[in-house]
Amino acid sequence: MLPKTGKKKKLKNRENSGLVFISPFFLVFAVFGLYPVIYTIYLSFYKWDGLAPSVFIGIKNFHRLLTDKVFFLSVWNTFRIWVCNFIPQMLLALVLSAIFTFNKLKGMKFFRAAYYLPNLITAASVGLLFNLLFDGDKSVVNYILTILKVPGAPFQFFNSGIFTTGLVSYIQCWMWFGYTTVIIMAGITAIDSSVYDAAMVDGASKMQTYIYITMPLIKPTLVYMMITSIIGGMQLFDVPATLTNGLGDPRKSILTTSMYLYNQGFKSHNYGYASAISVGLFVIIAILSIFSFRAMQNKGGTQDGN
Amino acid sequence: MAIRKKVKSSTIVMYVFLILLLLLSIVPFYLVVINSTHSSFDIVTKLNLLPGKSMGENYTTMQSHVNIWKGFLNSLLIAVPYTAFTGYFGALTAFGFAKYRFKGRNILFGVVLASMMIPAQVSIIGFYQLNLKLHLLNSYIPFAITGISNATAVFFLRGIIEQSIPNSMMEAARLEGCSEFMIFNRIVLPCVTPGVATMCIFNFVSCWNNYIGPLIIMTDSEKYTMPVMIAMIKGLYLTNYGAMYLAITISIVPIIIVYCFFSKYIINGLTVGAEK
Repeated sequence: MLPKTGKKKKLKNRENSGLVFISPFFLVFAVFGLYPVIYTIYLSFYKWDGLAPSVFIGIKNFHRLLTDKVFFLSVWNTFRIWVCNFIPQMLLALVLSAIFTFNKLKGMKFFRAAYYLPNLITAASVGLLFNLLFDGDKSVVNYILTILKVPGAPFQFFNSGIFTTGLVSYIQCWMWFGYTTVIIMAGITAIDSSVYDAAMVDGASKMQTYIYITMPLIKPTLVYMMITSIIGGMQLFDVPATLTNGLGDPRKSILTTSMYLYNQGFKSHNYGYASAISVGLFVIIAILSIFSFRAMQNKGGTQDGN
Repeated sequence: MAIRKKVKSSTIVMYVFLILLLLLSIVPFYLVVINSTHSSFDIVTKLNLLPGKSMGENYTTMQSHVNIWKGFLNSLLIAVPYTAFTGYFGALTAFGFAKYRFKGRNILFGVVLASMMIPAQVSIIGFYQLNLKLHLLNSYIPFAITGISNATAVFFLRGIIEQSIPNSMMEAARLEGCSEFMIFNRIVLPCVTPGVATMCIFNFVSCWNNYIGPLIIMTDSEKYTMPVMIAMIKGLYLTNYGAMYLAITISIVPIIIVYCFFSKYIINGLTVGAEK
């Protein structure tokens, strides 16, 4: 009897060493991951400039947030940029993965690797890079347009809100379509190939097979892509900040919520209000994530059948 | 005959499409690298498609305004320890979750997964204030230490450890008198090196590219990292286009070189999380 409990105890001790191994992760996560989130929420109920003692003001920051036109403009800008980049990016990735899946093309891996390259490059550098290519009468793009005798060239690109918004969406799409393609292709590879045989026997074309068999089967991947894209897209900062020197001009047309949050916190030192913007952004991201999760779920339900 | 011709033309259309996208992906980088070798005058008066001779001149102008290599070094000092911690502690945490049955294991792993969903920028105010209180502004520590709690690395490596380390292997090591910690260092870690390497390359690049983190923590210009320097460059050089293009080139070429060697690992590392 005695040795048995001894052995059990030893085994339990051994299993508990797993707890020791995971403890550094949780220690650091508690201090550098969780505490900042809680502290931000706490600060959102205070008025604080970082120097004078903070003053508890209840929900005044949130009251201000809900009546702040710039905040809503920044949310709208961010959302608009996300939609205009996500839809073409997804279509492009679906077309590319269809091409790569159904055709044994030479150099597939090379093309895919090249498409992914923009995603790896520092977003801050990408912002400046596109700024240099477009900004000014003598920029590379204006030079080409002038030679091609495009009416109206050279253009003052960055005076146009529509153009600048479009450019940010284009850059985001350009940076992410390769990534999306890789992920969708990984989802397609995981499909059991026997389901295709059945479709082929029924005489389905490649196009039909892709739309009616492949796409419903990779739905979990598509949901994953959409939610991670919303979470990332609503936090957009690097490209619009470096493209326009942090201001989001012209006329705040590409001022994103993260830029507004940064400017309120680190330029105007309204830490309390900036925290309230953070909380607002968090709520918006959560709502959009849940909403898109539900939407995709329902849409699939009618098609899946299982 | 007719069918064969049809197949061929559709293949051509596909290749044309793929090559167009390839050009779109690469041409902006090419233009930047080429322009970095031309004088500012050439850049605004011509379309340069071949390398020029003004790189040295641009380099002198660039260095006279800001020491780009200092930024390079600062970026390395942040990214290298971060990457090392991510690799080691990511594997250690993954090992704890994969091979031990302790109380609360599933709940704690749920916390790891949930932590991946917290939008990072939402807590920047709290993160800044925390480091201010701990006197860690302008320090490399806040970046290095957060490598310990990289949830993606844990998630990725847990799967690999579960698959590639049989329990019999650990039993054998125990009979030889290995402690649990020694089993990790001597047996598990060497076995999962390829997976750890994948995570490391991936996290190195994302840490190198991090802009907003160093932007809020590094307030002293001596501590600016590459992305922070690049972002403020336009205000500094004004019309020295050659110098600006050269600075961008220096910031992107190392990544392109790393990618040329490790693209296979990087692309494999991407699919983390997408596989459910």
